[in-house]
Amino acid sequence: MTFSPELEARFADLLTHYPPGRQRGALIPMLMYAQDEVGAVTPDLMAELAKRLDISVLQVDEVVGYYSMLHKKPQGKYHIQICTNVACMLRGGAELYEHACKKLGVGHKQTQASGKFSLEEVECIGACSWAPAIQVNYDFHHEVTVSQLDQVLEGLQ
Amino acid sequence: MKLYNPPSPLETKVISKRFGVENSWRLDTYLATGGFEAFKKVMEWTPDQIIDEVKASSLRGRGGAGFPTGLKWSFVPKNVEGPKYIVVNADESEPGTCKDRLLMEHDPYQMIEGILIAAKAVGATKGWVYIRGEYRYLIDHFDSVLKEAYQRGYLGKNIAGTGFDFDLYSQTGAGAYECGEESALLESLEGKRGVPRIRPPFPAVSGAFQAPTVLNNVETFSTVPEIIRGGGKWYADLGTPKNGGTRMVCLAGHVNKPGVYEVPLGMNMMYFINEIGGGMWKGKKMKATIPGGSSCPILRADECDIPMDYDSMAKAGTMLGSGGMMVMDEDTDMVKIALRIMRFYKHESCGWCIPCREGTTWLQKMLSRIVDGNGAMRDVDMVGELAKSMLGRTFCPLGDAAAMPTISIVEKFRPEFEAYVARNPFASSELVQVG
Repeated sequence: MTFSPELEARFADLLTHYPPGRQRGALIPMLMYAQDEVGAVTPDLMAELAKRLDISVLQVDEVVGYYSMLHKKPQGKYHIQICTNVACMLRGGAELYEHACKKLGVGHKQTQASGKFSLEEVECIGACSWAPAIQVNYDFHHEVTVSQLDQVLEGLQ
Repeated sequence: MKLYNPPSPLETKVISKRFGVENSWRLDTYLATGGFEAFKKVMEWTPDQIIDEVKASSLRGRGGAGFPTGLKWSFVPKNVEGPKYIVVNADESEPGTCKDRLLMEHDPYQMIEGILIAAKAVGATKGWVYIRGEYRYLIDHFDSVLKEAYQRGYLGKNIAGTGFDFDLYSQTGAGAYECGEESALLESLEGKRGVPRIRPPFPAVSGAFQAPTVLNNVETFSTVPEIIRGGGKWYADLGTPKNGGTRMVCLAGHVNKPGVYEVPLGMNMMYFINEIGGGMWKGKKMKATIPGGSSCPILRADECDIPMDYDSMAKAGTMLGSGGMMVMDEDTDMVKIALRIMRFYKHESCGWCIPCREGTTWLQKMLSRIVDGNGAMRDVDMVGELAKSMLGRTFCPLGDAAAMPTISIVEKFRPEFEAYVARNPFASSELVQVG
């Protein structure tokens, strides 16, 4: 399996961060950065990282299964994450989520057939004082109203 | 870097004083405003002098547990072979908490300087800043800061010409609340599932890669340079006895001016909410407040007229936690709040300890039953009892974190739970008698 030169450079740098013989420490960052490039944690990717870090595929798989940001299936081009935890709930996060379900026609962890949008109801994303908050891929939007959510979604092509 | 909320004139700005300054995150701005003076000062000191100064400040950990920082550093063994490490907890996932990202966005060098001072105090040579995966923008930002620091000689070999060496890296998380718990974070740093370790040994003796490790929160490290610059006593005097200094409080919920504000420890909570937070929104009355993140027992409105410091909070039966304060108005449905909190802990329980894994699952089922209108009175009793039986029976505090708010909400707002049950036509009176 081959990666872009930028990602290979990042991997090479990452492997220098850990004590000798403890390169497994790079597994989670490698999975996160590779997932962004590949689009999902595929069986090939798991096998490749296992080989590079000299661990078993099972040791990679158990890590992938644990962390909520690692996913084996591709998400939409725009992954809409709406927080409904307490601070956001108090200021309309649940209403935002319901609105997004209707508007996008998908539910929790579902992707549109076109592959454009996927939706996830997420736990606290650390924007509690500027609630309700959403993330589109890695971008934060704070103090989002229903009409602003519409604008954000309509602005994405 | 823009501010997400305007500052308040009533804040005491010690570690947030550079927020809003142009290019506040650049090395030149930091150096022009006293940056690295503290680091250069401690290069002349013995490790014990540094630890004594931090002890004198009565700084307590800002991540949630409030353990005295100087004491924690003193547990790192002095005369052992092999490397020692620093780990910064930037996992910031306690619901209600959003301060560490501001400290790293606006003033990352302050945290780096604090890390270097800690490294000098314990003899560490390498460190990682473990940042939650959702904060990718922050990881990219911090990586650019690290690059500048290395290029300008403020990390790496012979830092600022002092002969001191230290390497610092960012490490991304991948979405797991549990990894904010120190031992689970260390497992994650080693490339494993984030499940807690049994203690002892504590990280000070066997931490990252089984080496002695100092592990503190972003805010804790960010505070250290000012303590060295101003002196431990000066910092301690900003707060109340045994509760030194200031802390960042993340105000959220039904207030007019939610935001992150830096205030001295011991400030009255109602004063904070009314004067800095602008009071309750829409002219409503307060019903309750969660003072320090969703793990903390809830306070009724009439219990909130207390000083915000670790000891006063403990006396009121709750915690200052990670500073995530969520205020709720009179219309808030406390049963739904209890359910939402439990949904979170059920989702985030790592599954390692049975009382937490099963306890959160069953508590969520019972609370859902009540909210859905299918609850009986015995469910209300059982929620409180089951939560109590989880306390202290798990490797890490997640089990307690799920149980404590639940116990307090059921105790303090029981009539609301009973009202849900009363609306259930099938909740027979016989079932009420059971037990």
